[in-house]
Amino acid sequence: MSSKRITLFVSFLFGCGSLIAADKDSTVHFNRDIRPILSDNCFNCHGPDQNTRKAKLRLDTPEGAFTERGGLVPITPGTLEKSEVFHRIVSKDPDDLMPPPESNKTLSAKEIDLLKRWIEQGARYEGHWAYIPPQRTKAPSIKNKKWGRNEIDPFILAKLEGNKLKPSPEADRRTLIRRLNFDLVGLPPKPGEVEAFVADKSPKAYEKLVDRLLASPQFGERMAVHWLDLVRYADTVGYHGDQLVSIWPFRDYVIKAFNSNKSFDQFTIEQIAGDLLPDATQEQKVASAYNRLHMMTGEGGAQDKEYRAKYFADRVRTTGSVWLGVTLGCAECHDHKFDPFSAKDFYTFGAFFADLKEKGYYPSGKWEPFMEVPNEEQSVRMTKLNATVARLEKEFNAPNADLDSAQKVWEKKQQAALKKEPFAWTTATIKKTVAKNKTALAGQPDGSVLTSGPNPDKEIYTITIPTDLTNISALRLEALTDPGFANQSLSRANGNFVLTGVEVRVQESGVARRNVKIVRAVADFEQEHHPISLAIDGKPDTGWAVSGHTQAANRQAAFIFDQPIAGGADTILTVILKHESQYGQHSIGRFRLSLSTEEEPKLPGAILPEKLVAILEQPESERSNAGKNELARFFRDSAREVAELRKKLSDARTARDEFKKQLPTTLVSVSEAPKETRIVPRGNWMDDSGEVVLPATPHFLPGPDGSDRRLTRMDLAQWLVSRENPLTARAFVNRLWRMYFGIGLSKVLDDIGSQGEWPTHPELLDNLAVEFMESGWDMKHMVRLMVTSSAYRQGSVGNEKLRETDPFNRLVARQSRFRIPAEMVRDNALSVSDLLSPTMYGASAKPYQPPGYYAQLNFPKREYQPDKGDNQYRRGVYTHWQRTFLHPMLMSFDAPSREECTAERPRSNTPLQSLVLLNDPTFVEAARVFAEKIIQQGGATEDARLKWAYRRALSRDPNKTEQRMLLGLLKEHRGVYTADKAAAEEIIKVGDAPTAREIDPTELAAWMSISRTILNLHETITRF
Amino acid sequence: MDVHFPDYLKSARNHYALLTMDIFEQIRLQQNRRAFLSRAAMGVGGLALSSLLNPLAALAKQAKAASSDKWNGVIDQLHFAPRAKRVIFLYMAGGPSHLETLDHKPKLTELHGKPMPESFTQGQPIAQLQGKPLTCFAPQFAFSKYGKSGQEMSTAFPHIGSIADDICILRSMHTEQINHDPAHTFMNTGTSISGRPCMGSWINYGLGSECENLPGFVVLISSGGGQDQPVSSRQWHSGFLPSRFQGIHFQSKGDPVLYINNPPGVSPKVQRDVISTANSLNGMLNEAIDDPEIATRISQYEMAFKMQTSVPGLMDITGEPQSVLDMYGTQGGDGSFAANCLLARRLAERDVRFIQIYHRGWDHHGGIKNGIETVAAKVDQASAALVKDLKQRGMLDDTLVIWGGEFGRTPMAQGDGRDHHIRGFSLWMAGGGVKGGMSYGNTDELGYHAVENKVHVHDFHATMLHLFGIDHKKLTYRFQGRDFRLTDVHGEVVKAVLA
Repeated sequence: MSSKRITLFVSFLFGCGSLIAADKDSTVHFNRDIRPILSDNCFNCHGPDQNTRKAKLRLDTPEGAFTERGGLVPITPGTLEKSEVFHRIVSKDPDDLMPPPESNKTLSAKEIDLLKRWIEQGARYEGHWAYIPPQRTKAPSIKNKKWGRNEIDPFILAKLEGNKLKPSPEADRRTLIRRLNFDLVGLPPKPGEVEAFVADKSPKAYEKLVDRLLASPQFGERMAVHWLDLVRYADTVGYHGDQLVSIWPFRDYVIKAFNSNKSFDQFTIEQIAGDLLPDATQEQKVASAYNRLHMMTGEGGAQDKEYRAKYFADRVRTTGSVWLGVTLGCAECHDHKFDPFSAKDFYTFGAFFADLKEKGYYPSGKWEPFMEVPNEEQSVRMTKLNATVARLEKEFNAPNADLDSAQKVWEKKQQAALKKEPFAWTTATIKKTVAKNKTALAGQPDGSVLTSGPNPDKEIYTITIPTDLTNISALRLEALTDPGFANQSLSRANGNFVLTGVEVRVQESGVARRNVKIVRAVADFEQEHHPISLAIDGKPDTGWAVSGHTQAANRQAAFIFDQPIAGGADTILTVILKHESQYGQHSIGRFRLSLSTEEEPKLPGAILPEKLVAILEQPESERSNAGKNELARFFRDSAREVAELRKKLSDARTARDEFKKQLPTTLVSVSEAPKETRIVPRGNWMDDSGEVVLPATPHFLPGPDGSDRRLTRMDLAQWLVSRENPLTARAFVNRLWRMYFGIGLSKVLDDIGSQGEWPTHPELLDNLAVEFMESGWDMKHMVRLMVTSSAYRQGSVGNEKLRETDPFNRLVARQSRFRIPAEMVRDNALSVSDLLSPTMYGASAKPYQPPGYYAQLNFPKREYQPDKGDNQYRRGVYTHWQRTFLHPMLMSFDAPSREECTAERPRSNTPLQSLVLLNDPTFVEAARVFAEKIIQQGGATEDARLKWAYRRALSRDPNKTEQRMLLGLLKEHRGVYTADKAAAEEIIKVGDAPTAREIDPTELAAWMSISRTILNLHETITRF
Repeated sequence: MDVHFPDYLKSARNHYALLTMDIFEQIRLQQNRRAFLSRAAMGVGGLALSSLLNPLAALAKQAKAASSDKWNGVIDQLHFAPRAKRVIFLYMAGGPSHLETLDHKPKLTELHGKPMPESFTQGQPIAQLQGKPLTCFAPQFAFSKYGKSGQEMSTAFPHIGSIADDICILRSMHTEQINHDPAHTFMNTGTSISGRPCMGSWINYGLGSECENLPGFVVLISSGGGQDQPVSSRQWHSGFLPSRFQGIHFQSKGDPVLYINNPPGVSPKVQRDVISTANSLNGMLNEAIDDPEIATRISQYEMAFKMQTSVPGLMDITGEPQSVLDMYGTQGGDGSFAANCLLARRLAERDVRFIQIYHRGWDHHGGIKNGIETVAAKVDQASAALVKDLKQRGMLDDTLVIWGGEFGRTPMAQGDGRDHHIRGFSLWMAGGGVKGGMSYGNTDELGYHAVENKVHVHDFHATMLHLFGIDHKKLTYRFQGRDFRLTDVHGEVVKAVLA
């Protein structure tokens, strides 16, 4: 068996390993020793889930275990012989043996012994430790009074002394400053900082360093990474097309929250219910984006209800994991197998979120509701622009005698036009047609154009029409059915089309080509939600549709120009018809264009909306006020006579809208009347037979009373951080412990429930949880407490004995060593080479990524564009997070896709990581710039340069062997690149950062081998 | 010189001596460690490379690391006699219509244009046809009997017809997710919740890889023939299993494996020297602090280098005879499905455990006749060629070939296409211990519901694991306090298809 596998097996077994469990003769504790055995082996059939309970026997409660059944008692406290459970677990008869052989579970001799002794000692049950509120315990007595700095240390030392171990000596200062830097700000210390700290003789040198780092703005960036994993923050929706969604202001909120040391209770309330706070600030609303971080779909054919059910379950799973550290998600289809959560708890918990305004299926990629998040400067400008629009609107709508008389004239013209029948359209003579995506377009004898050949999802037709007409006032588009089309209707897709844009350009003789503004459009048929106005709204994803998939009939629309085109000989019109909706291949299959020179053009039977025709046909005296208003409204909105004023207003609106578009947005929580929540039997979303439930916290824990009012998200948030909640503080400090000691006090970070691990230091965990609450949920205080302990300050090497007896460092007789997280691997290389951008916040950044990496994405297809300049060198926390294709560097180093809550990133060690560090242009560029700095700033000699490089990357000097090897490599590669100058030229050009041309390329390339080697060292990416 | 070392270097006194020792003294010392050296020679490629780097490259820990890091699987003793050693899953993504490929329903032709009987569709989940009139839509291709076994298949796939006697058709598949993305996730991981391992990861976790120089799980993707639905990297993700079991996507454009190529201007020698130096320095550190993570790091660099040298050889098909290229219908190297099939065979020859080839051209909501013709032209010949090629090389016996997608398509019309359908669909398997020339299970007369010998995705997974000698109930991983498995709490092995 390989060493890796031994490692893995040991870690499996460790929960009941000798370091934690009862010694041979000591008292057996239910929670520490017995619950894990029962939970693992028995509760599946004899536990909380009443639906799968076998033989109606439950062993998770004393009532279940002690009650006589048909003459036998499962467990009789103190009497082994009268305990059927014991007979069953030692039975030789496979029919009697428990757990039954087909369960693939067997009890070890040690486990049987523990159960035996537990029964003998009285079979005392305890509630699961994590469900009992934590209490402060007095520090245990210790022999070594000299060791230890704060209240953490006695607990660690007592355990060590109990195991006849001694703590490791304090790490040296170089190690300490590196450790603190990685742990608190996620960056390596600068050489000057290292030397200053090494030389600082003051007794509080260490604490000063801690305080400096805690106050650094990089602290928030480092801490946010973990929180963003938990709440599954990403920049894309995750399902199917995995489209972009703007929610990054939430990421910035988290960074700021850590930096300002927002209390954790406030941090919680703002995320879960920030929008419900009285007079919620922009920041608090941004925080409430927490509720919108789940995956969403825009896949055609997705059922709204099914996806609402998915989001519902996702929120319960995530919120349960993030705050409570339990697997509430397991109760979606049935009562929890191991913990007392019922299926009903799952749905009452989810019901807290039933007031959120949301959809299951988001068509056309409209992810909502969202809000704008202007900064201060942007807010001021926005107010000004809004004021201008308001002023012009007022002007536009105000009584105006000039306009009123103009309207009278206009009305007469309209009335005259209405009487004129039939109406003439001149079929356009088409000179040329072009289809952007290669659809074949062929002119037909009737003047129409017919499509064939390729049938792309999106298509744009450009039609060139020479004409000598004058005063051209409108364009008519006829969509014509064809027997060759789907349903013999109007398109090759399914008979329907979506016309998303119409543009007209004109080139008159001797005049430059210009755009023709379309002032309005009318159609003889409009599909619901797809009126003709959407074809001229300037948006690429909305358009006119005509139900062609269900009704095969010719359709037509007229587009009326703002001002008639003068035209005349040698006039060329260009008409552009766009089909760019999400509906693939919905392009008009056959069409004909014609032009009008009438002053008020109209379609047969439709010059104006029907309603207006009716009003116009009434004598003025008989018109109702509403009718008059409508007419005036229409006149002002569309008549040429009002063009100038309208233009002013529309310019002001455009200016405002354009500015608005640049404002950052974020998804946000918006509360509406709560939707009905039902228990969904077996998690089947199509089953509506379940009981209706109201919001409630898990039934077996003390919680808010919902008997006289419906509880809200605010109640949930407050309960999560209330003193009566036994889980939240424990889950948080346990995860914090892992960050600073490498492994949680209870190892399973995402489950401190029944299947979780009995903590190695339960009293310490509880004291920390109580301290966290009593400090006012002060996060920085807890960090400081941990990193200023003597336990934290130990060296990480340990000794051979320790490596054998405690390979996973559960006793904390030393510090832990571990590879730094993905973002830090990146930040470290950029920091060492001085490329790292100090810029904080803002839209996510796009570092280099292999071309074609998004080739398997669609709707839309996309090619990644790496950022240029400063944005290329941002910290990893700002990297664009594409859920379905996470940046391969981050993925290689175990960053999660953030589709689900991740409490604990694995720390893998793979060949792909080596390939990233060796070949990813980010790291090659960092090595190159690092090499330039080595040559420019490292001193005159090779020795000095290497020392400079080591101090920068590793905070220490190289030893003689390292020096000999690296300088040997330098010499060797200087030779290689002298012989191949072209190769040197190539490697020094990797990356956007300008190359230091004053350095000899051969020398730079040779030093790059040194800097690459250093950036690839295990030590470089490890926190000791 | 004033030299500072952090604790982790200082603490190892002997190591200190080693570092300052004369270089010849080191070599002498190593010779006394012949046992280690012999292992080192196998494990550490950089060992004999350069006299400059040699002394430290041979440090014992590295050697130990390099020879011990190979993952041999969590299963010590297989639960059954294994029939398959590897899988090639030809994954027809987008939802291939069973009614135009493997499931003959003449009754649909009879009812063409007539309303679909409500008894079939009432209370069933419907995707894009929600709220629309449901009418029967005739199969767009004739079916014919193929091979000695006389298996009925669509005439649109004559090449697959030609291997009828080697394949086992499952006509009664059913699944639970009706939209592409979650349906893919379900087919690959047995659940629609993200973050769970896919089957390729499970199998590599269970059995390990027999391949030293390549990943144990490789994914290839081609497209064309219909609306190309997106495919997420979640489909080959290891979920909560360690990331080493993740599938590696070989890209058809650019570097086949991300970051596999040296940076421009870095020759293989330069790269090798950098790796050797880094590994030697890592070895010194390991000597000082004896950390298995360092040993692993060293061996991962060696593995990375091996991948760098073996991938080009894998991709280079100049040695393939023209007859083989013609059989697949490819000149290779163009990222087509046919080229990927050929590559799959080469990966199988190199003992890659799980090879998954997606073809994304099967989403035929409209124009299904034309769509199927187009996609058939891309996949039919090469799918059959792969089976034939494996057979002629004697590899089909222990290579399981699977051909199918995430769901099927409705018997009802969507224009001149079909909508997504989950209650009944088909796939086929060949080799790897599966009976050839047979079919299993049936849908109803209109191809709507699987009715006879139903095979759920969980059953399919259980059967696949069984062919590898694994009891699907025993391949588990503890995550969030629960023992997870590929088949959740379900799955029955379809014994009837086992050879």
